[in-house]
Amino acid sequence: MKARSATSFILPSDKLNSLIHSLQQAGYQVVGPVIVDQAIIYDQIKSADDLPQGWTDEQEAGRYRLKRRQDAAYFGFNVGPNSWKKYLQLPRRQVWQAHKTADGIEIEPVNAAITPLAFLGVRSCELHAIAIQDRVFLSGEYHNEDYKQRRQSIFTVAVNCTQAAATCFCTSMNTGPAVSLPCDLEITEIINDNEHYFLLRSGSEKGQLILQQLPVTPATSAHQQQEKTAINQAEKQMSVGPRVFDSSDLQALLYRNYENPLWSDIAQRCLSCANCTMVCPTCFCSSVEDTTDLSGDHAERWEQWDSCFTADFSYIHGGSVRPDTRSRYRQWMTHKLATWHEQFNTSGCVGCGRCIAWCPVGIDITEEIVRFQESDTP
Amino acid sequence: MTGSTERRFNHPMKKMPKLAVWKFTSCDGCQLSLLDCEDELLLLAEQIDIAYFMEASSRQIDGPYDLSIVEGSITTTDEAERIQQIRQQSQILITIGACASSGGIQALRNFADVKEFTSLIYAKPEYIATLKTSSAISDHVQVDFVLQGCPINKTQLLEVLSAYLNQRKPQIPAHSVCMECKLRGNICVMVAHGTPCMGPVTHAGCGAICPAYNRGCYGCFGPKENPNSASLSHWWQTELGSDKATLLENFRNMNAAAPAFATQSLKFIEADHEKK
Ligand code: SF4
Ligand code: SF4
Ligand code: SF4
Ligand code: SF4
Ligand code: SF4
Repeated sequence: MKARSATSFILPSDKLNSLIHSLQQAGYQVVGPVIVDQAIIYDQIKSADDLPQGWTDEQEAGRYRLKRRQDAAYFGFNVGPNSWKKYLQLPRRQVWQAHKTADGIEIEPVNAAITPLAFLGVRSCELHAIAIQDRVFLSGEYHNEDYKQRRQSIFTVAVNCTQAAATCFCTSMNTGPAVSLPCDLEITEIINDNEHYFLLRSGSEKGQLILQQLPVTPATSAHQQQEKTAINQAEKQMSVGPRVFDSSDLQALLYRNYENPLWSDIAQRCLSCANCTMVCPTCFCSSVEDTTDLSGDHAERWEQWDSCFTADFSYIHGGSVRPDTRSRYRQWMTHKLATWHEQFNTSGCVGCGRCIAWCPVGIDITEEIVRFQESDTP
Repeated sequence: MTGSTERRFNHPMKKMPKLAVWKFTSCDGCQLSLLDCEDELLLLAEQIDIAYFMEASSRQIDGPYDLSIVEGSITTTDEAERIQQIRQQSQILITIGACASSGGIQALRNFADVKEFTSLIYAKPEYIATLKTSSAISDHVQVDFVLQGCPINKTQLLEVLSAYLNQRKPQIPAHSVCMECKLRGNICVMVAHGTPCMGPVTHAGCGAICPAYNRGCYGCFGPKENPNSASLSHWWQTELGSDKATLLENFRNMNAAAPAFATQSLKFIEADHEKK
């Protein structure tokens, strides 16, 4: 866990609305966890009443269920099918439209108005995922302007995880459970026999300005100790079980095992349905579609999330480079854990476990990693 | 034809191409999607000469036709001959709907004895002249583009027609319904509710309507490219506790005879026989 130098404050749990209202006052639309159709997703939050208070998520490979908690925790769950990428790299957006004119065609870019958003309840693995997408879209020669605009205007309220889902493996990927990247505000929810409060710390000037407006009191060392214990609990939950593995050598491992028959074994189970890439907070692929209307006078270009699990994804003249599931799954896993390092100097996986829970047939990336490790002959 | 990647229109284009719409064994639902295009139908009439479309008009102009749209499956010897004539008269032939692309719901006969059916239903079964199977148009003639769905999605039909008129590739992805489900923001009914869903093996196109209403997809758009029916049904049986009836009603409906679904449903029957 990183050293916590910034001063910590206490916000009683029944004052959580003050945070939401201050963010709204500052011009942000607050988005955060809400329950929809028996899952916790990210959507607009008007007040603390919208949060999934008293609920938790039970997750396993191919399985997700909401359960009532014994307490009234606001953030007593982990991650669901949504990630913040839906607000930064939109699932689908129009890029431009074009019209035929007397002397050619006229192209008009489509620039949607961007509302500044405050993300309430960003987990540590999710901060890492956003940082990874930043490298993809904002570093190097080519930038994604739409992403840049959206990214610049967000405010992040990060939450330390005090419990882990069975699918979480951030400790194996070194991305959590304690918040370990910059954010505007960092909070930890503490519930014990007679208290329910949040520990707060600001991580930026913007965060400081919000913090100043809240009915907080300085935290004591006892409070900080409770925080430490709570986060340790999440860490401890992840220290045993099937999702603990050494991630330091995955790149070489996968390159060595390009022809391992395990790929064909996975392909027997994999549906090449693309759910894993859709729910992954770092997967960044998109396709652009150009369409015309019947008259041919009007054309539009749309961008939408794409996945290496489709045939169209690797289509070049004459056919698809990856016609079968074996090659598609290999592309996915090798990109996430190996080639991503070469491309962006980081892993493409933050250990959030979404691809495990939301795979309709429960294919588990950690289980497969371990199988490669076990069958590996270096 | 597998994968939208293979399908592209690049035919010589006329000022006013001639369109014909043909019906074989079907419910007319897909042709209705074309009629349902109302506003766009007027636009279409400016671009294309609707020479033969019995559902819309009694005007019948003789072939050849630049574009034929075919609905329905082949279930009689007459139909088997008629589709050959239509193919000969058509430069481009597009099929629409599950009947035309895989034989439709009437292909349930392919798994049974059609004589037994007719003798049970008709007073004079000897008057019924029908083939043993209901088959896809592509089993009989070369098809230039297959638009799946039961019924087809009218926006997709317009996309195919626009692509034809503008000599470009239609944007009709052959991937799973799951991708549409996630793009739409649906919660997965399989993972979150334990409801069997055909989405992972089903061709996109409907916009993931059923999961949006908390129902499992039942595969009305037919198989996607590269489907894995065996793995999906294995999961249903072992993890969701699905019984044979659930498996059969999902793999044997309007796309029962599509190879990816038929092979799987035959396995359920075989497994059942082995048990007995
Ligand atoms: S894993 Fe596949 S979908 Fe994800 S970023 Fe890589 S190529 Fe794209
Ligand atoms: S690959 Fe899976 S566990 Fe890793 S970041 Fe993506 S969704 Fe999360
Ligand atoms: S690993 Fe799972 S979610 Fe990903 S494509 Fe295969 S079956 Fe779908
Ligand atoms: S609900 Fe069905 S279509 Fe949607 S993601 Fe789940 S399995 Fe796929
Ligand atoms: S979700 Fe499946 S069954 Fe429902 S309309 Fe779409 S393809 Fe048909």
